[in-house]
Amino acid sequence: MSVPWEVRRDFPLLQRSVDGKPLVYLDSAATSQKPRVVLEALQRYYEEYNANVHRGLYRIAERATLAYEEARAKVAAFIGAPPEELIFTRGTTEAINLVAYSYGDAFVRPGDEILVTEMEHHSNLVPWQLLAQRRGARLRFVRVRPEDGTLDLDSLDRCLTERTRVVAVTHQSNVVGTINPVRDIAERAHAVGAVVLVDGAQSVPHMPVRVQDLGCDFLAFSGHKMCGPTGIGALWGRRELLEAMPPFHGGGEMIERVELETSTYKDPPHRFEAGTPNIADAIALGVAVDYLQAVGMDAVRAHEKALVRYALAQLAEVKGLRLYGPRDPELRGGAVAFSLEGVHPHDVAQVLDGEGVCVRAGHHCAQPLHRALGVAATARASVYLYNTPEDIDALVRGLERVRAFFGLSP
Amino acid sequence: MLEELYREIILDHYAHPRNRGRLEGAEIAVEGVNPSCGDEISLYARVRDGRLEEVRFEGRGCSISQASASMMTEAVRGKTLAEAGQLADRFKAMMHGQPPDEEQLGELVALQGVRRFPVRIKCATLAWVALQQGLREYEAGRPARVVTSSEDEL
Repeated sequence: MSVPWEVRRDFPLLQRSVDGKPLVYLDSAATSQKPRVVLEALQRYYEEYNANVHRGLYRIAERATLAYEEARAKVAAFIGAPPEELIFTRGTTEAINLVAYSYGDAFVRPGDEILVTEMEHHSNLVPWQLLAQRRGARLRFVRVRPEDGTLDLDSLDRCLTERTRVVAVTHQSNVVGTINPVRDIAERAHAVGAVVLVDGAQSVPHMPVRVQDLGCDFLAFSGHKMCGPTGIGALWGRRELLEAMPPFHGGGEMIERVELETSTYKDPPHRFEAGTPNIADAIALGVAVDYLQAVGMDAVRAHEKALVRYALAQLAEVKGLRLYGPRDPELRGGAVAFSLEGVHPHDVAQVLDGEGVCVRAGHHCAQPLHRALGVAATARASVYLYNTPEDIDALVRGLERVRAFFGLSP
Repeated sequence: MLEELYREIILDHYAHPRNRGRLEGAEIAVEGVNPSCGDEISLYARVRDGRLEEVRFEGRGCSISQASASMMTEAVRGKTLAEAGQLADRFKAMMHGQPPDEEQLGELVALQGVRRFPVRIKCATLAWVALQQGLREYEAGRPARVVTSSEDEL
């Protein structure tokens, strides 16, 4: 079970070169490239049936509505959920904010506790900080073990109390790649009566994810990291929770009856989709899901596991290179953070760019995690279904060039 | 193209920073941070008779931010506060596309290659933005130790 190398041909951008060198794209944890079918779906919508959804009585409006709701069903099925539990959002960040504002403002009381981890992307930390400030709640933190970038689950048990209202945890670290034992965390959180939000931005694109298996209450993810366009993502929520939650934004599309003073609201998911939605990108995300399912998510996961195994072995041979995160590819995904002794990550990334190799450098929107690891910044290479061992070889050659450039001994 | 960014003199200042360290009791002490990438500079200056008698820096960050700080400490030492402020203006003007005033800027002209890499410009200007902030605070009679931010993203 593996991804055929021909999938590369489906991605127009990967056919490009920079300064005569083939483009080596190793930044899919930031955003993925898009297959041609997704780009064509965007074009087709605008050229053939661009119309607003849920209201037009003419045929192209019916077609747009059908396609939009079909996309919802596809994205929901992709994570094993019914469509009425799937809300389209701008992305993971908006999905988490939706929960923090709508669920949080309604159900978190002064003195309650919100438990997050040191590993989180800022998008799964700052919304909870804001909620804690609004509601007079207290934030608590599960620690990260600096030696291998895994969560200290002993500290989880110490932090979980009957005051814990929300537990927010990433499924897979966007920096060190760690895959967290979300099901176990959710069981422990449910035992004290907390609800569990999982940030799936780095897991849903890369492995089979089914909400029943995660055992969580909310799952947030982004379309642009899973072969879809930017500006579209999703929140899955357990039906009884969504039904109990007040609206997030008010406006058209989310109401039943509007009086001057008050209104009544639609049922989920439409209650949470005020205004004209991002129709084109939602439809294209549905096509991205079709594309990924045709390849097979088990195959995507197996492919990335093999690539990470190869990358960890090759990178370990580079003198002065330090790797962060778990060494066992079974325990981690395709984001590989590293640093090169004596060269700042920005300079590493800059010289690699000169070789046509795209990696990210900096804190990757995870400053507390870097503090836990004891570094200000790292460089990060991340893979997806279209990467090959040759891409890893180009990275390693580029790193040798970085060493030479900065006068480090061979 | 990379060689334009990483000129030999820049790599030399990065590997062997000049005037590195704290300066106790400095009249000017200011921190500059680059929020998007984590570069940090702490800048210290002793002011005597209206001149920057001694200038030192500490910090961590990329080669461009650290080399630029090192080169700045050499360039402004001994200058009056007004001269130092003018040099900062000239340096920033060069980084934002003006033709460099080679006579005034001297070896700082080596940093103009950074202009071709827009996201790195704020690395080069970080120490200079901190210096200008420090000069303003000093002239306003406010106590040393302020935090400033890098220039906005371009």
